[in-house]
This record gives sequence, structure tokens and C-alpha cells, in this order.
Amino acid sequence: MAEEIYQLSATEISSRLAAGKLTSRAVVEALIARYHQLNKKIGAFTSLDEKDVLAQADASDARRKTGKVLSPLDGIPVAIKENIAVKGQPLTCSSKMLANLVSPYDAHVVEALKSAGAIIYGRLNMDEFAMGSSTENSAIQKTFNPWDLARIPGGSSGGSAASLASGLVPLALGSDTGGSIRQPASHCGIVGMKPTYGLVSRFGLVAFASSLDQIGPMARTVADCELLLKVLATPDARDMTCFDSTQRSQLPVATEKSLRIGIPKGVLGKGVGAEVAAATQAAIDFYKSKGATIIEVDLPSSELAVPTYYVVATAEASSNLARYDGVRYGHRSSNAKTPIEMMTNSRSEGFGPEVKRRILLGTFVLSAGYADAYYVRALRARSKIRAEHLAALEKVDMILSPTVPTPAFKVGEKVSDPLQLYLEDIFTIPANLAGLPALSVPCGKSGHLPVGFHLVGAPLSESKLFAAAQLFESAHSFANQQPTL
Amino acid sequence: MSNEWEIVIGLEVHVQLHTRSKVFASSSWGFGKEPNEQVDPVVLGLPGTLPVVNREAVEKAILFGLVVDAEIPEQCAWDRKNYFYPDNPKNYQLTQKDFPVTMGGKVEIELPGAARNIMGEHKWIRIHHAHLEEDVGKLSHSGSGSLVDYNRAGVPLLEIVTEPDLRSSAEAAAFLNALVVKLTQAGVADCDMEKGQLRCDANVSVRRMGDIQLGTRTETKNLNSISGVRDCIIYESKRQIAQIEAGNKITQETRGWNAEMSRGYVLRDKEDAHDYRYFPDPDIPTLKISRETVNRLQKLVPEAPFDRQRRYIEKLNLPYTAASVLIADKALADWFETAVAAHPTNAAGIANWAANDLLRELSAQSGAEIGSDETPAVKISLDSCLIKPAQLAGLVKLTDEGVISKQQAKEVFTEMFKTGKDALAIVEAKGLRQNSDTGELEKIVAEVIADPAVAKSIAEYRAGNEKAINALKGPIMKRTQGKANPVMIDQLLRKLLG
Repeated sequence: MAEEIYQLSATEISSRLAAGKLTSRAVVEALIARYHQLNKKIGAFTSLDEKDVLAQADASDARRKTGKVLSPLDGIPVAIKENIAVKGQPLTCSSKMLANLVSPYDAHVVEALKSAGAIIYGRLNMDEFAMGSSTENSAIQKTFNPWDLARIPGGSSGGSAASLASGLVPLALGSDTGGSIRQPASHCGIVGMKPTYGLVSRFGLVAFASSLDQIGPMARTVADCELLLKVLATPDARDMTCFDSTQRSQLPVATEKSLRIGIPKGVLGKGVGAEVAAATQAAIDFYKSKGATIIEVDLPSSELAVPTYYVVATAEASSNLARYDGVRYGHRSSNAKTPIEMMTNSRSEGFGPEVKRRILLGTFVLSAGYADAYYVRALRARSKIRAEHLAALEKVDMILSPTVPTPAFKVGEKVSDPLQLYLEDIFTIPANLAGLPALSVPCGKSGHLPVGFHLVGAPLSESKLFAAAQLFESAHSFANQQPTL
Repeated sequence: MSNEWEIVIGLEVHVQLHTRSKVFASSSWGFGKEPNEQVDPVVLGLPGTLPVVNREAVEKAILFGLVVDAEIPEQCAWDRKNYFYPDNPKNYQLTQKDFPVTMGGKVEIELPGAARNIMGEHKWIRIHHAHLEEDVGKLSHSGSGSLVDYNRAGVPLLEIVTEPDLRSSAEAAAFLNALVVKLTQAGVADCDMEKGQLRCDANVSVRRMGDIQLGTRTETKNLNSISGVRDCIIYESKRQIAQIEAGNKITQETRGWNAEMSRGYVLRDKEDAHDYRYFPDPDIPTLKISRETVNRLQKLVPEAPFDRQRRYIEKLNLPYTAASVLIADKALADWFETAVAAHPTNAAGIANWAANDLLRELSAQSGAEIGSDETPAVKISLDSCLIKPAQLAGLVKLTDEGVISKQQAKEVFTEMFKTGKDALAIVEAKGLRQNSDTGELEKIVAEVIADPAVAKSIAEYRAGNEKAINALKGPIMKRTQGKANPVMIDQLLRKLLG
């Protein structure tokens, strides 16, 4: 075995554990060593309880010895983004506001991972309350792109993507409101999926924009990503927007005719980097060579996606984040005379600038006299975007585009230009607005930086997307890639 | 211009629904727990928690709608009402702005009659809609700081909004009484005002009699007793009339009520009105209300109290007072009807016992006050009542058949209430059976008439003084130890005295 443990995919670890060639303790020990070696440099993890993860590994090994393996994920570490609740662990959302909050309960996905025997392995940095595309908005620490430490890993699930690309963990959870899984996946050369809205319970995911948020799997291979999603995607009565078993049974059955791939009109034009466009074109050509029908699709309302998103998401965020007032938990200002002053000062002190910007924007678009012009219109645009996508997906199996127009930028480069930064999500946002499954798959490099392409499918067509991604991955060398660190 | 004023009132009644758990969380709720004992991560709005609609609360709300003949829309939805206050765990309240659980409806009320035994005017008050929302916690201030208790946060609250159909404080009080009777009889809510289970906002305006346009209204918040609502309306309408008569304009404002001082005060005017930034709650999908659910709940709707009152008066020939007392308590009315079924020929007789003697004894037992303003539905429990309906029917039957006298029946009733024994058994055991043996009684009557001590009374009777005959009845009763059938004595006396 020439490969180091940290280079193994989850699927590979799983089969080695099953074959008795590896123990969970050995995996965890190797990853802890890697963590000590690299985490300071990368900044992916915000915390790792070594004693706890070793104990979980030993428990898994003990189960294996007695033949009581819980699932293919038993004994495999899965790292968790800072905005997903794990009982007894911090739930900071990388914010000063929640710096001291310890969650008294497990998110549904964490319960699901625990019952699958997975090791709940450390917490991952993110943009504060998942607001950002570079992880620079974290109040805890900076995270750097493992492929170029002078660059951002993307965001908001930047810690998740960077941890995978640097071999710190084989599987990670992210959350995606406008591209927060797929954009960092593209920037770090890994696979990330945002499932259909409602496939994965949001119970225990700290809300940013409730109608857009989804938890999703992130991994270095398509197979690993699918393996992880299978564990996460179970019914949960604690989230009323989560599909019940009846709704899940209505999954579209993959009718394996020839693949039909839609390419949005002009998608490789204005604003898309030349190497990104070339890598995407190569992916399109690959599918064509495999017998896929390539069809141009017209999605005229997509140009409304970014402004629509920043109205809907900020409106919901302004309300979702209202509960952080220092009364029950979280940062409390020591500088106040009345309860109302205490709430005001706690919020002023606890939130970072991007979060404040979005709360202000969201409060404005919902205000009397402005709601009709902004919020209500945005809802109409959203319906139109969804309708156009669903209509296009009647004609094609999936829509292909770049994930991000350009590769990872330098740390600090766009900090002072939020509008430029918001364009990072131009290809990923429509899937959130339309509630559709989408994933990013590595497809090449722009210079030394990874680039991914993006597939969007009809509701609950995750398996189709994985199959298409697998087809591409198997024929290329981007699977399980890690830079030399 | 007329000098007479018309008062126009609309009420917003907040009622805590009778449910086992909170409206969006599994935490239980109830009165008298230590602060913050009835909370969970959802109630406290911890990060990552989500609301789940309590089916029982929705069904109670629908049942309310059916009780007041409201329309139950095919679907309802929740909105977020955003405002910052420490008693509000999420700093938004989940409520229903555009798609409430019930639309329309009406409640029949009865105004006080000219006297206690005379029925007052009946009137229908329209309901605009009712929406299901969550209650907030309680904030209290002490010298050392502010304290907040979230036990009440998330308790299911049904806000019932009337049309501006009420025209006086008396109508408002009658409406609340009728509403409480309906809500409690259907098991929708307990409406215990001392526990804050029913709170009310009153919208009041005044206009000259005959005017079509409504005057500027004020809204007085958080009235927590029926007398408070009545006092507030009297105060506020007088204040508005005085303002207008002094040439001033009424300001549209939100007001508070100081119950101790019986005075209102300004909370905030229109300029300070909150912008609640309502928007549809993205965590709760639109809820579809199936017609099967509505039909199932329709079967739980009890007979409307005033329908029952009319039936009692018209079909069962009950006096107004007894009918009104019975309908105020569904259990008592049901009990009464079971008794009537066992002895259908004298419903009025049974009603008399049930509405007077039985209710008095039960109230004395439970320490409740009958018919006070704050307890329109007399709080008695029939569970501990030893007399079963058929037994009371048996007592009335014995009286009707002349087996015992009305006087004897009182004694039997007291014994029945204490022991739960059958009337007949008590009559036998005590030897109370009324003497109706014509031959024996005639002999006794003849002996009494022959007694010279009553000669004067006989003479008076024969001279035309009808009442003088009563002086003869005492000695007869004495001789028979009170067992003589009084009707027969009367008949025999008249016969023998010719």
C-alpha cells in the first residue's frame, strides 16, 4: 500500500475496514497526525476533540469485532460544519455572537450519522452564519485554499472543502443556501452536492434563509458523496419541509435512455474565465462523445437570480437572526441599562459586518412601503425562475454549466467589493431558488487551481446526477485529488 | 343634529386552546409551574430548531370555527410577525395574517332582561375570522433587573376577531359570556380568566346616532376580565364623547387599561405603530385542511346553548330562568336531559330540582359562586354527584303520583344528595309514604271537624272566607304525622263541610 491513509477515499476505507486490513483507530490516529501537521496552515478545523474521536473509533472497532457493523460508514470520520448542531459541542456559526454556545441537542443529520456508526469528527470553519463566498467572514479564523495558500477556499463551507482537499478528513457536511457547498467544492477540487430542497432535514441546521438552506455531502469522489447523502437523506417529522416517506417513494426512476444535457444559452460567455470555459466545454464534449444529446436551453429569468436571491435570502435572514439578542444565550453586552438596550448592544457587538449588511438589507426589503417593490417582486421572479427550470428539465435530464465563473481569488481581493463577490454564485443560486438538486464535479484546472462543472437536475433526481458525474469522473483523473502539502 | 351617541365596538379575543402540548413544540404547558420549567429547544428558539404544527391545536381551532358556523378554508398558513421584545424567544411571532384557520361565523348573545326571570333581547354578533398563533413569555421587572419566564411562550392562542357589531358594554359582556359558554362546552378552551386563558383587546369608536361612517377608533390592549372589558368600554366611550363634544378630534391610538384605577392610558399613537414586516413563514408549509377532518370534527359540535334554551322553553315547557341556568353548563343540561328521558311527563319539575336544589348543593360542595359575572358558566362538577339522573326522575315521579308531598320530597332529596340512595328506598325507610287512604282520611277529617276548637273556623269558611279552611288542615296533618295527602284533605274538607 503506497497510499497514505489520509489519501484514501471513504469507500476505500470502508472496504479496508470490512476486510480487516484497517481499523477505525488507525484511520483516526493518522488523521489526527495530519491535523497537527496541517490545520494551522489551512485553518479548516475550528475544533477537534481528539479523545472523543478516538473513543468513537474504538467503539466502532469493537462493534466490528462482534459483527455488529451499523453501516458502510461505520468507523469513518465525517467532519461537521460549524452551523450544524452536535450535542455537547460548540455551535458557533463562526460568529462572535454564538462563541460560547454549546448545543444541547443533535441535528437530524448528526443523529443519522451516529446511528450509521460514523465518527462525528471535528468542526469546520465557515463564513459567519454561512454568509459569504470566501470563508473570510469567519469571526474565528481564516481558512486557506490547499491548492494555493494565498487564496480563499470559497465559502461559506470553506472549512469543509479545504479539509477534504488537504486530506484532513474523507467526508464532510456542508450547507448550501446559494452555492455554499458547490462553490468551495469547485475552488478546492472536490465533489459537493446540494440536494433537492426537502430531501435532508434542516432540523439542527442554524437557519440562514430557511426556504433555500439545505445540508449536503462533500467528498473527494462522486461515490463517497453519494454514500454520505444516502445516510443523511431520511425522513424527519421535526422539519415540516422535509419529505416524508411517501414523497420520497415518488423518486423519478432513472430511465437509462441516452443522456440529454441542457446547456443554458450563452453560459460560457461574458464573465467566465477562458480556462473555466475551456474545462466546461471539454466536459460537454466528453458527454457528447459518450452519446449524450446536447440541447441548448433558454432560461431568460436566470439573469434575475442574483438580485432575487439577495432579496429573498436577506429577508429571511433578517428574521432568522433576530433571535440572537443576548437574552437566552449567546453574546450579551455588558454595557446596557435596560433589556432593550441590552438586546441592541449585544447585536451590535456580536455580529460581523457582512451579517449586519444582510440583516439591514433584509429588514429594508420587508419594510412597509418597500415590501411590494422588493420582497413580493422577488417572490414572483423566484416562481418564474423555478418554472423555467422545471420546463427545461422536461426536455433534458440535467443542465450543465461552470460552477463558478472564475477560479479561487486571492485572500482579501474582494473583501471591499461585496457586489463582485455576490457574482461568485451566479451559476449556483438558481438551483436554490428553484429547490433543485445540483452538484459540482472537478473537471480540470485554471492554471494550478481546480475548476468544477455544475449539474442541476429535476426534483429528487440525485441518483441521475451522481450517475452522470460518475461517468465523467471514471474517465478522468480528477477523482480524489489532493495537492502536495 | 342628534345629541345621542352610538358606541361601536369590535373585540379581538385571545383564547388559550385546551391542548396537551404547545402549538409548535412538544413541550407541555399548564398553570402553576416553576418559571422556565415548560420549555424545550424549540420553545426557546435555540439555533437550528424548527416549528412543527400541533395537529390538536389546529383541530381545536377548526372546532371553534364549526361551533360558530364559520367557513373552514381548504388551507391555512402561518406568517412571521417580526418585533423585538425579550418575552418573544425568536423575536418573531408565528401567526396567521392572510390565510387564517377560520373565516366568518356568528355568535348569538342574550342581553340582560327587564328582570331576572324575563328573557332579554337576542342578537347575532358576526365573527370576522379566527387565527392560530403562539403566545409569548412573561417579562417581569425587579429592582435588580428583568426576569423572563417562557412557560407561556408557544402556548396555542386562538385570536377571535369580531366585526364591529357590538353597541354597548353590556353587549360586549354578553358576547364574551356567550363565547366562553361555547368554547368551554365544545372543549375548545377552558377560558379561565384568572389564569390568563382569555384576554381581550377592545376597539372602540363613537358616532352620532344615525351616522353611517364609523368614528376614529382606539384599541385598548390586554383586558383580562369581562368586567374589565365592560369598564374599559364605558370609560373609553365617555372619554371619546367628551373629546368630540369639546371640539377635539379622536386620535387613532393604542391604549392600555389600569384595572385598579379603572382608567385607560395611551400606549402609542399611530406614528409609533410597529412595522411588523410580515412575511410567510418558510418553515411551515401551507397546511391543507381535508374535508374528512372537518366532517369528523363537525360531529363534536354540541347543540348551541340558545338553541337548547329555545327547545327547553318551547318543547319542554321550562320556565325561562331554569332553562337559562341549565344551558350555561353543558354537563348539567345533559344530566337534566337524561333525567327527563326517565320521566318525560314533568320536565319542568325535574328542571326545577336540577336548576335550583341540585345546583345549590353542588355549588356549596365545590365552593363556587353561582352566576357571578366572571364565571358565566357555573363551575360545578357532576362527577362527584351521588344522585344519578334517573334517581331524580324517580323523586319527581313519586311527587307527581302523590306518593309523597312536596315538603316530604325536600327531605328525601337532602338524603339522596348525601347518600345516593333511591327516593323510594328513603321514603320506605323513613316511613314517609303519604297517606292517601280515602276511608281512613275521611274518618280523621270528620273527627277534626267535630272538634269544638275549630268551630269558629268552620263558621268563617261557611260564611265565605275561603282561607279559613286552612286552619283545619294543621290539626289533620298533626294527627297523621304529616303524611296525609294535602290535595285529598282539601277535597275531603270541602266535601264534608258541604
